[in-house]
Amino acid sequence: MTAATNTRMRNASAKKVREFVTPEGVDLQLRIASSGLRLGALIVDLLVITVTLFVFNLLVDWISHATPRDIAFMIWMLGAFVLRTFWFIGFELGSRAATPGKRLMGIRVVARNGGRLTADAVVARNLIRELELFLPLMMLGVGAAEDMVSGWTVLAGVIWSLTLSLFLLFNRDRMRMGDLIAGTWVVMAQRAKLDSDIATADEAGAMQFSDAELSVYGIFELQELERILRGRDPRAMREVADTIRAKIGRPVAEEDDVFLLSYYRQLKARLERGLLFGKRREDKYASE
Amino acid sequence: MSAPELPSFSTGRFRAEREADWIAFDLLLTKLEKRGAKALTSDELLQLPILYRATLSSLSIARATSLDKALLDHLEALSIRGYFLVYGVRETRWSRIRRFVLYDWPAAVRAVWKETLIISLVIILGALTSWSLVAHNPEWYYNFVDESMSGGRDPRATVEFLRSTLGHGKDGGGEESGLHVFATFLFTHNSRVSIMSFALGFAFGVPTMMLEFYQGIGLGAMLAVFSSKGLGLDFGGWLFIHGTTELFAAALSGAAGLRIGAAVVFPGARSRLEAAADAGKTAGKVMVGVILMLLVAGLLEGFGRQLITDTMLRYAIGTVMLLFWLGYYYIPRRGDVA
Repeated sequence: MTAATNTRMRNASAKKVREFVTPEGVDLQLRIASSGLRLGALIVDLLVITVTLFVFNLLVDWISHATPRDIAFMIWMLGAFVLRTFWFIGFELGSRAATPGKRLMGIRVVARNGGRLTADAVVARNLIRELELFLPLMMLGVGAAEDMVSGWTVLAGVIWSLTLSLFLLFNRDRMRMGDLIAGTWVVMAQRAKLDSDIATADEAGAMQFSDAELSVYGIFELQELERILRGRDPRAMREVADTIRAKIGRPVAEEDDVFLLSYYRQLKARLERGLLFGKRREDKYASE
Repeated sequence: MSAPELPSFSTGRFRAEREADWIAFDLLLTKLEKRGAKALTSDELLQLPILYRATLSSLSIARATSLDKALLDHLEALSIRGYFLVYGVRETRWSRIRRFVLYDWPAAVRAVWKETLIISLVIILGALTSWSLVAHNPEWYYNFVDESMSGGRDPRATVEFLRSTLGHGKDGGGEESGLHVFATFLFTHNSRVSIMSFALGFAFGVPTMMLEFYQGIGLGAMLAVFSSKGLGLDFGGWLFIHGTTELFAAALSGAAGLRIGAAVVFPGARSRLEAAADAGKTAGKVMVGVILMLLVAGLLEGFGRQLITDTMLRYAIGTVMLLFWLGYYYIPRRGDVA
């Protein structure tokens, strides 16, 4: 990895962060949810709706022994419409502003201006989903039903409607047509467990590193090291420990975890001291 | 000064001091999310903003001083969760619904009155166009009305058949189950057309007007067929009982779409995005009302029309519904916030 790729990665993740200042003046730095997560959430929701309808149909079957065809037709036609419309609206009006699919993916809906998410915004964004999902299908259906429409016309119609459906791929805020109209965003809202503090523990048996040995890494490397330590995978720890040992010129003398933990603590203390003095060393390529 | 008295800041100590607050806030939020504000005691409610501010301040300090990624992520997630709960919905669902029905819904409909007028004219224009065309040459009918929608009601049909479709003839009861299916189909179809004409509004309102014009066309063509067989009055009653509600809903959905289209074309002093978002909110309120109206129309169509076969009574019910909606929307009321 070079300095350039490191910077590029940081820029890419910074591009997803949006300023979101609370009335207390703290920037919450919301991250825009990726299109993949959005699609995943949609698929989960549609699957759950279909299964619900299927179970309901079975229930009606079981109660009346055999469902007449028209009743089944009504269940699927009306039920699908009602459930689809009110599933999304109902869940997004709740305190977590997310359907089960969105919760699973760790994303939620928020108002773009930082205000409250109002009911009308939720309704507007969800009614437009109807258009985004079904307009391409309808275009295909119309084309198939009417002979006078030529294949090219159908193709043009489908492409036109797809640009509406895939609108979120073409703007950096990942807004659907519905988000645009309703003034909303979908952002990351996953929970992070409060993990134990690995930096403070008994100092017994810890190794000491010199200033020169600690000055080879920056914040990026520190946080990668933290990830490895919290992951507790012995093979990854061995690999990282060997890399660090080679870099600072230490022989393999201690257990990997003792070595890494001691190094992590002292590196963190050193870099945090730098922070207090206004020096933020992003990675090992940055100067001291 | 001796060494132990030196003011020393360490992120470890910072965390040890504040951690209890974060855990308490987390527990409180979980309780709030699971069981709502009612489950909280008054002590806990008082604690909520204090803990929220403590967490936000911890986040600010941690961002400036700590490099512990797990800690930063946790505080960030906790603050985001807390922000949306503390500043989120402050009303109960019930009072929200009440306010919507009493004020927000009619106010939103009043706000789009110009668009409603335009769309109504477009529908009427569509109806007049197809009516005059079909009245002169019945062949036009087949261009206007889809086979699946007409259900055999076309210029070739006999007077008896047409009368039976209005629920007057002997065949009316025979296809009971088929009618339900047809009504369901109509309801979902109408709702979808309404949603589409709203949702397509952002394309400068052009598709919206086309859809509404098309609705008028279907209406006018049917009217021409029935009146040419001398059934115009009966058909009017058959249509009027639910049609006043349904067509009103259709006009409102078109108006909601047109409002968004107009905001996109003429954003005024705001940016286009802001204008669209503002218009979208008003239009969203109108659309909730439209779906409710369509449900009422569906009930009138499914039950009212099957049970009430007297043409005059049908006209009366349709008129009452129309007056009800007009009064509900356009009579100003106290405590109104437009």
